[in-house]
Amino acid sequence: MMRRISVGILSLALLAALSWAVLSLPAQPKGLTEASLARLPESGVSNPVTAVLLNYRGYDTLLEVGVLLLAIVGVWSLRRGEWPAADRRDRPLLLSLLRVVLPVLVLAAGYLLWIGAFAPGGAFQGGALLGGALVLVMLGGLARRLVNRAGLLRAGLGLGVLVFATVCAITLRLTGGLLQYPPGTGGTWIMVIESAALISIGLTLGLLYLGGRPEEDT
Amino acid sequence: MPDADHRIYLLAGVALFAIGFYSLLVQTHLLRRVMALNVMGSGVFLVYIALGAQTPGPIPDPVPQAMVLTGIVVSVCATGLALALADRVQAATGRVELGDHEDAADLPDASPAPSEHHKGTPSA
Repeated sequence: MMRRISVGILSLALLAALSWAVLSLPAQPKGLTEASLARLPESGVSNPVTAVLLNYRGYDTLLEVGVLLLAIVGVWSLRRGEWPAADRRDRPLLLSLLRVVLPVLVLAAGYLLWIGAFAPGGAFQGGALLGGALVLVMLGGLARRLVNRAGLLRAGLGLGVLVFATVCAITLRLTGGLLQYPPGTGGTWIMVIESAALISIGLTLGLLYLGGRPEEDT
Repeated sequence: MPDADHRIYLLAGVALFAIGFYSLLVQTHLLRRVMALNVMGSGVFLVYIALGAQTPGPIPDPVPQAMVLTGIVVSVCATGLALALADRVQAATGRVELGDHEDAADLPDASPAPSEHHKGTPSA
């Protein structure tokens, strides 16, 4: 009880201090909007968020894709995956739903990837959709065949980091700057990275649902 | 001071952070701690997005948006890893709660520690 009260007081003090901090911020911060918009035509994409993610702050996203890989490697090292209970039962409704929904989800993920260059969207949104699709597939008991091809699965998980690092090496060679794309080619590089990242992000998010290393069928 | 439109989001984000902070320190159940961290993270995301929305000009600042987008994906993955770790803790010690009950550590099953009166009824 004593602990709850003292932690409560501490939290209230934190609340007060942080509230004061956010309220004392300037009303119209300058931010980085102007700076990001000024160089947008050179970035290769017209969506400023994608430009920030994969051009201005590309190294940030590279490290993030690395974090994703580390997370799934960590989970796989800790546990064996447990197949959802539905896997062993017949689920006619889910299966017929999947037949309709799955192609749409995959198509929508591809669309989000493509639209990310001009409008809200991109590899993360598309990857989240793919991850959700993968969870549905696992619930429907259709993923075992996929998991039996463990090499392919591992390659897919590592693809994002691999392609990203390769692009880093190429741009370093071409322009002398890490992820500093040669003028006029930004859009192509970004699409290459995002396509690879989409697959890795989707697989990572979906496979996290298993909660461990998938075991091959015996 | 930020205008009233944004103030509510900033304060809500700060409140989420404080609530998560309280739970993180008070709760001993690992699952609750993971959830507390997620609540804290959501508070940070909300504050950052609200800050980005305040900048003058036709569109909100894209930099906070990009960073929060990255942050959300990372926090989902970190949660997955944390849950796997919590499961490992349970497999190794038979308990899913942290605490300074040395005697409870070598219990074979997952019965709640005796002094945790606010937790559910013992099941084992």
